[in-house]
Amino acid sequence: MADEIRIQLPPTKEQLAGLRAGDKCLLSGFMYTLRDAGHMRLIEELHQQGSLPYGLDGQVIFYAGPSPASAGRPFGAIGPTTSSRMDFAAPELYREGIVATVGKGHRSAEVVEAIKETGSVYFAAVGGAAAALAKCIVSEELIAYEDLGTEALRKIEVNDLPVFVALDVNGTCLYV
Amino acid sequence: MKTIKPETIAEALKREIPQLAYVVPADVRQGLKDAKERETNPYAAQALDLLLENACVAQTDQVPLCQDTGTTWVCLEVGPDVLVPGNVFSQVNEGVAEAYVNSKLRKSVVKDALFDRGNTGDNTPAFTDLHFVDEPGVCRLHIMLKGGGSDNASRVVMLAPGAGRAGIVSEVVKCVREKAANACPPLVVGVGVGGTFDKVAGLAKHALMRPFDVPACDEDHAAFEQELLDAINATGVGAAGFGGDTTALAVRVETAPCHIAAFPLAINLGCSAMRRCTVDLELTEMEA
Repeated sequence: MADEIRIQLPPTKEQLAGLRAGDKCLLSGFMYTLRDAGHMRLIEELHQQGSLPYGLDGQVIFYAGPSPASAGRPFGAIGPTTSSRMDFAAPELYREGIVATVGKGHRSAEVVEAIKETGSVYFAAVGGAAAALAKCIVSEELIAYEDLGTEALRKIEVNDLPVFVALDVNGTCLYV
Repeated sequence: MKTIKPETIAEALKREIPQLAYVVPADVRQGLKDAKERETNPYAAQALDLLLENACVAQTDQVPLCQDTGTTWVCLEVGPDVLVPGNVFSQVNEGVAEAYVNSKLRKSVVKDALFDRGNTGDNTPAFTDLHFVDEPGVCRLHIMLKGGGSDNASRVVMLAPGAGRAGIVSEVVKCVREKAANACPPLVVGVGVGGTFDKVAGLAKHALMRPFDVPACDEDHAAFEQELLDAINATGVGAAGFGGDTTALAVRVETAPCHIAAFPLAINLGCSAMRRCTVDLELTEMEA
């Protein structure tokens, strides 16, 4: 396995084009957490206004529903949830400007197609390592959908969050 | 005659739920360590390292092992000489709510699956089962925090009797190939065979309760568990799903009688933290 690649968020499409499935990356900077119910709302708003709200254009979405603040950290635990549940929304979000997503597990053929078409990527984090990953969270800010609790849209700052390139710009997949 | 008080269950839940959320059970942790020592795939080795580090961080800092602190399954097993009052589960939700709120665990339950997906706010209701067992004096509580990812990756298949053992192995391997990456491997795989459509899933879930160091009830079960474990690990899915030698740490099989036409199979995947415990509850003398 090659060395770790440090990536400042949000990444440029040029940076993403250089990544290959299996590369280990350390992500630093700002990204957004969003999962099931939040995706349903986001897609609705996208259809209403015709573009991505909340400054999401060019940003990275982490499929995660964190646990409450604990041990002096913004979240006691935060880790990837199953990405395939967001496959209903992901192709459209990639085409509207999301440049990368972070989650766990396989993606649909439609997502792979959208990733290739837009030069985006899909990162996988290790599921079940959420207490360790929570140490990489610097700060969090509620952006929208507060009533959804853990499923709200949050902007988080991360420092050296370890992920693997699971789908690269060519659609090559890391998963067995 | 002795009886079980609702508050005894509530107290056990308040005590055990935070520990389950923060601490990987000893047998599972040892399984992860052994898997790391054997692992030859660099991705899986890194994933296992991270999972072991995660276990240390969570226990030391008293934070959840996983952001998904699950739904709570509460299963009471009582012997023939224990009197069970109809309100035995009446304080379960109170115990669950207190544990989830006070210990800063995630609230992951919606009010109704179809008509009201608003969050209940305190991770209630818990899911309860009551079983009568032929063991005098026994009052045993199983508790499991079950994550959504691993439960979603589970399935029930109504096989035909002709499918035989090979049919079960084939379905389990298929389930693992398709879904293990979503269930946070290395897995603990609970397999139920028999009963009826509704009962078989309960067998698979109950099977997950048996610790790694407790052998199967007989040699046939033990041999079949090993056969399934070998078949699952031969898939090469590995820790985190990026490839590796250990896809499952253990397989647990429970079987039951069934209809002559039936061969029900349930596969309940448990994640790498397999948050479950069994406690013996204190009984009290019936008041006259």
